[in-house]
Amino acid sequence: MASVLYTYASPQAFYPLAGRMIPWFAGAAAIFAAAGLYVGFLVAPTDAVQGESYRILYLHVPAAWMSMFLYLVMAGWAGLGFVLNTRLSGMMAAAIAPTGAMFTFLALWSGALWGRPTWGTYWVWDARLTSELILLFLYLGFLALREAIEDPRRADRASAILALVGVVNIPIIYFSVQWWNTLHQGASVSLTRAPTMAGSMFAGLLLMTLAAWMYSIAVSLARVRAIILERERDTEWARQVLA
Amino acid sequence: MGEAFALALRRDLRIALRRKSDAANVLLFFVIVASLFPLGTGAEPEPTRAIGAGVVWVAALLASLLSLPRLFAADLADGTLEQMLVSAQPLGAVVAGKIAAHWLTTGLPLALLAPLLGLQYGLPAAALAVLCAAALIGTPVLSLLGATGAALTLGVRGAGVLVSILVLPLCVPALVFGAGAVTASLSGLDPAPHLSLLGALLAVSLAVGLWASCAALRVALD
Repeated sequence: MASVLYTYASPQAFYPLAGRMIPWFAGAAAIFAAAGLYVGFLVAPTDAVQGESYRILYLHVPAAWMSMFLYLVMAGWAGLGFVLNTRLSGMMAAAIAPTGAMFTFLALWSGALWGRPTWGTYWVWDARLTSELILLFLYLGFLALREAIEDPRRADRASAILALVGVVNIPIIYFSVQWWNTLHQGASVSLTRAPTMAGSMFAGLLLMTLAAWMYSIAVSLARVRAIILERERDTEWARQVLA
Repeated sequence: MGEAFALALRRDLRIALRRKSDAANVLLFFVIVASLFPLGTGAEPEPTRAIGAGVVWVAALLASLLSLPRLFAADLADGTLEQMLVSAQPLGAVVAGKIAAHWLTTGLPLALLAPLLGLQYGLPAAALAVLCAAALIGTPVLSLLGATGAALTLGVRGAGVLVSILVLPLCVPALVFGAGAVTASLSGLDPAPHLSLLGALLAVSLAVGLWASCAALRVALD
């Protein structure tokens, strides 16, 4: 098991493996998204209070979940690369960051469009909105730092430190703005108690979350392949791939 | 270890004393920024008082960011930083000394000046005392996180703007608790919980900021 992991920690070995995995994850993303949209728009009942506008939840909630989860995954890869000095880990962190930033932006944007009909405003300085906005700043800071450093190995290590500091800070930021101001509806889904929503709504949400998950993996793998080729362009095998 | 800390502290303080205008300009920037807000928002006493603590905190945040580039950049340019890294003394002690010197020349004067600016915003005496106390606890957090940002962006192109982008989002909790303490005192509540949280934040920043600054310096000079 460990030796398999070591084998695929090499960019050269991982490149074809990632290529083989992408169609599977992309296909799963398409299937889950089609099923999720079907359940969400055609099966799930209309919400008693919010009417049809609640259906943006099928995009908004998975995006918000992925935005936070991907930061953790990104910091995990970055931390792994920092400790073990593996090259692929830093590339994975770099590949995940744009997708995380995209989902953060999507959560904010869809939240604004949802907030208008339900709260009567596009934006409020609410705890969750604000911490999501700061999360976007953290992603953009991570990307900006990587962009600014010429040497990719230094960029990997410096951005890993930033991601780790960010991971320590995110809960502190979250709770500080929570005490500062909160208006957002409480979470309807939690791991410890039964969800307070209709079964078909929950099924739709789950399917869309799985779709977002599969999409993130597929896109990150495609991006990491591009990063591998760019960094390894001077090696023999990369020349052969590019030829 | 204590010796290395004291040496780094004394050296940076002496440099700051010989270039007094550097530190003075940061304070001047702080006063100017804080004085501009009423010109933009109008001078009615009530709203001015309400935004006072927040404005002073944001201005302090920006001022302390401005002073960050000189924390490590000059030492990098003349090779001192490299000597600090290869010396037998622990890097953590040296960096802690430099951060302490940065706080003494930037954060401490900002904290002592903050009540004066609070006065401009019509804050009552009790709130002024809270503002000063909060700034005294909160500005070291800014120095520690700022040192991390300065070390990460050392020798990088566009470092001046980049360091702000990296550090400002991380400073949100300090801003929330620091300004929150003053707001609590204004509305007749006890500011102590806010100050305690700010103290807890300082403890966390001390551990994280010092480790991250040293790690980032090692990466930068690798």
